[in-house]
Amino acid sequence: MKESQLDARREAYWRENLRWMGILGLIWFVVSLGCGVLWVDPLNRIQVGGFKLGFWFAQQGSIYTFIVLIFVYARVMASLEKRLGLEEPEE
Amino acid sequence: MSLTETTYWVVGASFALYIFIAIRSRAGTTQEFYVAGKGIHPIANGMATAADWMSAASFISMAGLIGLSYNGYGGSVFLMGWTGGYVILAMLIAPYLRKYGKFTVPEFIGDRYYSDLARVVAVFCLIICSVTYVIGQMKGIGVAFSRFLETDYETGLLSGMVIVFFYAVLGGMKGITYTQIAQFCVLIFAYTVPAIFISLQLTGQPIPQLGLGSTLADGTYLLQKLDQTLLDLGFQEYTTSVRGSTLNMAAFTASLMIGTAGLPHVIIRFFTVPTVRAARTSAGWALVFIAILYTTAPAVAAMARLNIMQTLQPAPGQHLAIDERPAWFKNWEQTGLLGIEDKNADGLIQYTADPATNELVKLDNDILVLANPEIANLPNWVIALVAAGGLAAALSTAAGLLLAISSAISHDLLKKTFMPDISERQELAASRISMAAAVLGAGYLGLNPPGFAAGTVALAFGLAAASLFPALLLGIFSKRVTREGAILGMLAGIGVTLAYVFQHKGIMFIPGTSFLGNLPPNWFLGIEPNAFGVVGALVNFVVALVVTRLTAPPPHSVSQLIDDIRVPVSTGSD
Repeated sequence: MKESQLDARREAYWRENLRWMGILGLIWFVVSLGCGVLWVDPLNRIQVGGFKLGFWFAQQGSIYTFIVLIFVYARVMASLEKRLGLEEPEE
Repeated sequence: MSLTETTYWVVGASFALYIFIAIRSRAGTTQEFYVAGKGIHPIANGMATAADWMSAASFISMAGLIGLSYNGYGGSVFLMGWTGGYVILAMLIAPYLRKYGKFTVPEFIGDRYYSDLARVVAVFCLIICSVTYVIGQMKGIGVAFSRFLETDYETGLLSGMVIVFFYAVLGGMKGITYTQIAQFCVLIFAYTVPAIFISLQLTGQPIPQLGLGSTLADGTYLLQKLDQTLLDLGFQEYTTSVRGSTLNMAAFTASLMIGTAGLPHVIIRFFTVPTVRAARTSAGWALVFIAILYTTAPAVAAMARLNIMQTLQPAPGQHLAIDERPAWFKNWEQTGLLGIEDKNADGLIQYTADPATNELVKLDNDILVLANPEIANLPNWVIALVAAGGLAAALSTAAGLLLAISSAISHDLLKKTFMPDISERQELAASRISMAAAVLGAGYLGLNPPGFAAGTVALAFGLAAASLFPALLLGIFSKRVTREGAILGMLAGIGVTLAYVFQHKGIMFIPGTSFLGNLPPNWFLGIEPNAFGVVGALVNFVVALVVTRLTAPPPHSVSQLIDDIRVPVSTGSD
């Protein structure tokens, strides 16, 4: 019985993990290959301060977003592990 | 004190620090030698990863690539590609390989694909990627020495080898980790100080990332001014000039991203932290430390480019007289990085986009970072710092690559494949010997660079993207992919990528052996050879999945291994 409950929790963990990968991966794609490459021309018509917006995404904005994405992922997964009781013992 | 003396002092002090750390952190076990005892704090590992990964190319060449060769916007492929890979690494690769919990990347591939042959093929791919990469670092060390310390190239390279030999052979991953932390501090300080000065001088804004979007003394925006100046000289606009086509830019960016996530010397850094959770946050910290340089680089690129243009052409239609060129200009002419030719014999330097009338005949990419402090009239100690920073970047990356190579030889080939009976002590001795051999081999290749040393760094990324990354990703996310699929996939991916590069750039890059010529019209869908890794990766995926359908499924133990690495806690330990 305990065995199968643990298996269910492990499966739930992996499903949640895939869901978050999908969400964060989509943002990852949008800010880099999207805003920085594919849609750069329309975005460049928007001027923010001294930057054309598309150029800013390609050379600055995408990198800042990547950092946020990794820390969000790390935090989400840590709290998921806590919720499901799948935390590693501290070494 | 003269500039050379100052440089000797600064570089000497940084080397003394590395040796001190090496003596303090000797490795006593194979676990310490391969993965630093798995006790590195995630922030410390993030810093070490940043140094491991930012090479001489990132430090010395990247700003110049962006600002000159790729004319601004086109260079964004490096910025997005070499940072975006960390998101893939943090979500798709690092946590699971850390949970797997052993020493090397080929070891995982061998276990997951239940095959010694798969492990050997992975070692083969790892060595191809890492060796092409390490040659560039060895060259970087020799060049930095010869330019700043006025030694010859060979002496410089040998001095660098002695330092790496010392801490890599003694300390393995443990020694490398602590020296890389020190090297990160040296290189990031050396990179940002001149950038802050130049940003202040041009825009009055001390933060270069903001300076890039600020106004100049005359009230126009820096980027606007740069666009206009370039257009006047017949170049394309800085902020919009695309490299090749949109498809080429997307392919190039994607190749560098997945290459980053597939490079073994980066992946093994995440084996050194204590937990899976730490592996995820550590990837975030690594990217923070990398981003300090990577968001500064585009500012350096634009500002140094503008400075050079304004030196050559103080006002529209007005050109710098050859007799009045500044001292730094003459200094860098002697190194061959700058060159002028007065084609119309009027005593002035005309810099234009048209090769027929352009008189600045040589403008090397590296000049942007190397000469930046002199162009901005910064004090000698800042120039000396740039030398120490360039060396730190090259040494730290070389050491990380050499560890990946030597542990693949001593652990995956010797211990796991050919001599499984050797003891822990013997394996540690073997890992020291293979490290020593790797250092000597890399030094030899640095002294006698083969023809293919030219575009090596970008090529290493393409090869890693096409070979190891798909095998790792499928190995974690699919339980069905078989050993036959993985082996043929890796070979097809690396084969297709090498074939494409060779047919356009020459077999082993020997000039004249390229049968299609390196001509854009012959490029497949307009994708340049350096950007081809993503196509190689697709070939790898398709071959692996098709072959999998035709072969018998993996044994049950593989499915258990995958279940185990996907979740931080093992089934047995609850």
